[in-house]
Amino acid sequence: MSGAKSRAPALRSGFSNVRNMLPRWAWMLIFLGLAIAYPYVVPDLLGGGAGDDLLDASVNTLGYIIMALGLNIVVGFAGLLDLGYVAFYAIGAFVIGWLGSGQFEKVHLDFITDVPKALPGLHINFVIVVIVAAAFTGLWGVILGAPTLRLRGDYLAIVTLAFGEIVPRVFENWEFVSNGRQGITPIDRVYLPGVGELNYPIELTGIYFVGLAMVLVTLFVNIRLRDSRLGRAWIAVREDEVAAAAMGVNLVRTKLWAYAVGAAFGGFAGAFLGAYRNTVNVDQFEFGFSVFILCMIIIGGMGNVAGVILGAVALSMLDRFILPQLNSVPDAIGLNFDLTAVNFGIFGFFLLVMMVLRPEGFIPSTRRKLELHAGEVEDAAADRSAEVAPGEPLYEARH
Amino acid sequence: MEAAAVPQPKPPVVRRVASAVWQNILWIGLGAWVLFYLVQEPTSTLDDIKTGISNGTIWALIALGYTLVYGIIELINFAHGDVFMLGSFVAVGLWTWLGITAGSSVIVIILGIAGVLVVSMLATGSLNVMIERVAYRPLRNAPKLAPLITAIGMSFILQNVGALWHPLPTSVPDLIGSQRTLFTVLDVDVVRSDVFAIAVTLPLLIALLTFIGQTRYGKAMRATAQDPDAARLMGINVDRTIALTFLIGGLLAGAAGLIYALYNGTIRFNQGFTAGLIAFTAAVMGGIGNLKGAVAGGLIIGVVQSISDDQYGQQWTEAVVFAILILIMVFRPDGLFGEEVRPG
Repeated sequence: MSGAKSRAPALRSGFSNVRNMLPRWAWMLIFLGLAIAYPYVVPDLLGGGAGDDLLDASVNTLGYIIMALGLNIVVGFAGLLDLGYVAFYAIGAFVIGWLGSGQFEKVHLDFITDVPKALPGLHINFVIVVIVAAAFTGLWGVILGAPTLRLRGDYLAIVTLAFGEIVPRVFENWEFVSNGRQGITPIDRVYLPGVGELNYPIELTGIYFVGLAMVLVTLFVNIRLRDSRLGRAWIAVREDEVAAAAMGVNLVRTKLWAYAVGAAFGGFAGAFLGAYRNTVNVDQFEFGFSVFILCMIIIGGMGNVAGVILGAVALSMLDRFILPQLNSVPDAIGLNFDLTAVNFGIFGFFLLVMMVLRPEGFIPSTRRKLELHAGEVEDAAADRSAEVAPGEPLYEARH
Repeated sequence: MEAAAVPQPKPPVVRRVASAVWQNILWIGLGAWVLFYLVQEPTSTLDDIKTGISNGTIWALIALGYTLVYGIIELINFAHGDVFMLGSFVAVGLWTWLGITAGSSVIVIILGIAGVLVVSMLATGSLNVMIERVAYRPLRNAPKLAPLITAIGMSFILQNVGALWHPLPTSVPDLIGSQRTLFTVLDVDVVRSDVFAIAVTLPLLIALLTFIGQTRYGKAMRATAQDPDAARLMGINVDRTIALTFLIGGLLAGAAGLIYALYNGTIRFNQGFTAGLIAFTAAVMGGIGNLKGAVAGGLIIGVVQSISDDQYGQQWTEAVVFAILILIMVFRPDGLFGEEVRPG
């Protein structure tokens, strides 16, 4: 432990040295430029099939980034451990399944799309659908969040987990809305006025930029919210509920907003991924997915937006690109299994190692780090107290 | 002074009845639900209750592991369901290795089941102790949610170990002739697997209660559960007591795994996740930390499950159990029998 502790500050100061070389807006422009240039440069460097796979993985990654940022509001900012985030992914994906496919055969409605006029079902423009999906899912975030408000930390986790299991079961068994296990497919391609219908999965650059735009919207909302009155209230609730309430923070409203906003981003990304994958199927919505997203937040750094994005990119690239590429490795060294089959075991291992060695994540939020190491700091303070002359003030970390 | 002598006015009868009803709402709701189906279809419901109780013994054994661990370190040991799954796998693997099949002689089968029971219990018990050492002990002083997250990580690792071991559902040799009817009561056929489940579980429960209630180690466990700091001051080795708790939880999970394998006839690598959640529901239902409550909760959940299977179809059962979990946690977080965890 002592080795890890002494290394951590060094790493951090090196990191902030690099960060301080340029102002924040310059960094943002650089990253934005990289993200825009990326689909034109990197896949071509890899060339052929691997390049296409990489771009496909990147589009999925954009969806996962949105979800990780959304879950970060609930878990990272407000400190409510939500193990049922997959429910919101499911709801968002089903919203685009309902509003952008032939699922409801008896009705016909067509709104700013390119589909043939005779096609049954609801066909609404993608941009409208994602907004509806976010709003609808946010509403469900409040509905599922409300019963958990009074619960202790670990009970809250279990109740959210149970909701995360119930929602897909309801979808699975309620054939009218979901087609049961077959799921809803095909889903209308994304249609943008002025651009036309994007022709993924053949040409992925267009959908990549749609995803990137959605990530930027999410990022903007996330940062503005974090720095707002509500964001400060979330952090206060996370650090000490009782103290926050005493300071006049309305606990119920603060927590419900966290659930609503977090869930809304889940639905936002769910609709995007549903449209991109062209199918909405209950098999996609399992507990492992909630943990997958949670793992991104923990590895990157709970509560820190940059860390969460880093974690999301790292894990989803690992899941969608690196592991499939390395799939032949176990075979080559004489072991008979698929590397992709053990992906959740690998994430579980990351969770475990991260939580034991560096619970604040790779790019920690400073406050969160203090909270997580509060026990150690207090121990250290207790050790030092013998050396401090009487009357000299002792600085101690808050519990 | 005089005011104290004035008898307190009794609350009106209606309110007293209402509050009594509210206090026991879980019992009343459950009772009414079971009674409804008993009146409607007596025979099939009685059959469901029988199946539920024998199946519930498995949940009870797993639930004890949750409740013991929660009672002592206030951690939901997420990996517990997967320890149970590995218990099934070890048992089936040993039978295959030893070449014991349904065709072996009775003596071989009895010895095979008894021996494998002991070995798989020891395997899961020591696995559980190792998990505690690796994943939970380093985080003893961390915020409460940190070990919960490592527990989830551990659960995924174990599940993948299971997935590598048996990627597909595997059938279990029917050593006990599980579907053969032993006797019939009230038109309900009691089959061998029912008797087997209860016959294995009952001695284990008695042994557990005796161990916790009568021995020095059991006393140490109870003391640590009440107040670890005070227990340490009294000379109890808290770390070792916690490890012992995990050992006992693991032993019971191993036994549950073996019963499950013979009872259901198939094992899957993801059986542990659902079983874990069901058993956790049972533990919460009985009041977490409360051993007898966990057993009762397991049996009740078993009954609820089999009635739900019968009445609403199997595909809804999971949702019903989870809905019960949510209702209990939200409205009666201390369960049917009251929880036994340290205050504050």
